[in-house]
Amino acid sequence: MAETIDYSSLKKGGFMRQKQKGFFSLRLGVVGGNLTAENIKTIAEVAEKYGHGYVHMTSRQGVEIPFINFNDIEEVRGELAKGGVRPGVCGPRVRTVTACQGSALCPSGCIDSYELAKEFDERYFGRELPHKFKFGVTGCMNNCLKAEENDLGVKGGYVIEYKPDACISCGVCIKACREGALSLVDGKVVMDESKCNHCGRCVKACPADSWDYEPGYIVSFGGLFGNKIYKGEEIVPIIKDKETLFRVADAAIDFFDKNAKPGERFRLTLQRVGEEEFRKQIRAAYEGK
Amino acid sequence: MADIQYDEEVDITDKVCPLTFVKAKVAIDELDEGQIIAIRMNDGEPVQNVPRSIKDEGHQILKLADNEDGTYTLFVKKVGD
Repeated sequence: MAETIDYSSLKKGGFMRQKQKGFFSLRLGVVGGNLTAENIKTIAEVAEKYGHGYVHMTSRQGVEIPFINFNDIEEVRGELAKGGVRPGVCGPRVRTVTACQGSALCPSGCIDSYELAKEFDERYFGRELPHKFKFGVTGCMNNCLKAEENDLGVKGGYVIEYKPDACISCGVCIKACREGALSLVDGKVVMDESKCNHCGRCVKACPADSWDYEPGYIVSFGGLFGNKIYKGEEIVPIIKDKETLFRVADAAIDFFDKNAKPGERFRLTLQRVGEEEFRKQIRAAYEGK
Repeated sequence: MADIQYDEEVDITDKVCPLTFVKAKVAIDELDEGQIIAIRMNDGEPVQNVPRSIKDEGHQILKLADNEDGTYTLFVKKVGD
C-alpha cells in the first residue's frame, strides 16, 4: 500500500510522513499563531478520534496532529473543514506566516502584526516555489517573532518627528532611547537621525505627546535558521505604506522564483547569483519603478 | 535636587525590575490626587522603563533629573485615585 502513496502531493496538503509506515503528522493552517476556540475543539476531536490524542506545536506557530492513518486522510480533511480548520503546507512553497500579537494587544507593538500576517497569508500562502519560503511579522524592536530568521521578515517601527511646542523638557525620552540618538539642548530635544532605529520608545515614554509618529515596516531578506544560519538583511529604509511593502515583497519572492534552483533556499540563491542585482531590484520596487 | 517642590519621596534604587515599578506604584497609591512625589531610581533599565510604566498608569510626569551619581529622580504628579 505504501508504494502507492503520492508523498509530494500529500506534503502540499500538510501531511508529513512519519517513521511509522502509513502514518502522517498533519500540519494545520495557522496564521499568526491564532486559532479560534471552535478550531481548537475540532482539532481536539480529530486528534482523539484519528490520532493519538495529542497535538504537536511546531517551532513556527503551527499545529500538527500526529499519527493520522493514510486511510483516514479524506475523513480527517472533511471533519477539520467542518470546524473551520484548513490544512497547512510542507514542501517547496510559502509556509505558515508567523506573527506576534502586535499593536492590537501589546503595549510595545508599533504595527498590527496579525492583520499584516493575514494579508501576507492571503497573498502568498502555499505559492509554489523552488524551495520553502517563510514570512514572519514582529510588531516592534523587541523582536519576539524573530523577523530576521525568515526569508522575508517584517518588523514594526515608528517614523518620528519632534514637536518642540508640546515638549515639557522632562528628559524622559533621552533615557528611554537606547540608541543614544536624543539629547536635551537648551531645554529642547535634539535628534541624531543617523542613530534612530525607529523603535518608538521615545514616543511611548513621552508624557506630553510631543512626537508625531507614523507606523512603518522594516523589512529583512534572506534569513535562515536551519542547516545554515544567516541573519536576514535590510536593503531599503523603513517603509511607510502597505502598497510599497507588498511591491517589495512581490519583488523578493519573484526574484527567488526566477533565480533559485530547486531545493535552494533564498539566501543561498542570493549568494550564488550575486546580491547586487537583487538589491537593485528591491530598491527599484521600493521606489515604485 | 532640581527646583520642583514635592510632597513625598521614594527610593527604588534598592529594587530590580519589576519591583522597581511596584515600589514606585505603591508609593504613588498612598498620595492624594495632585500631590507630587520624587522617585529616585538607577540609571539603565529602571530609568528606561519606569517613567513609561508610570505614564501608562495615567499619572503626570513632570521631570527627570540627573543626579549625576548614577541615579535619576523622576517627579510625578498623582492623577486620579
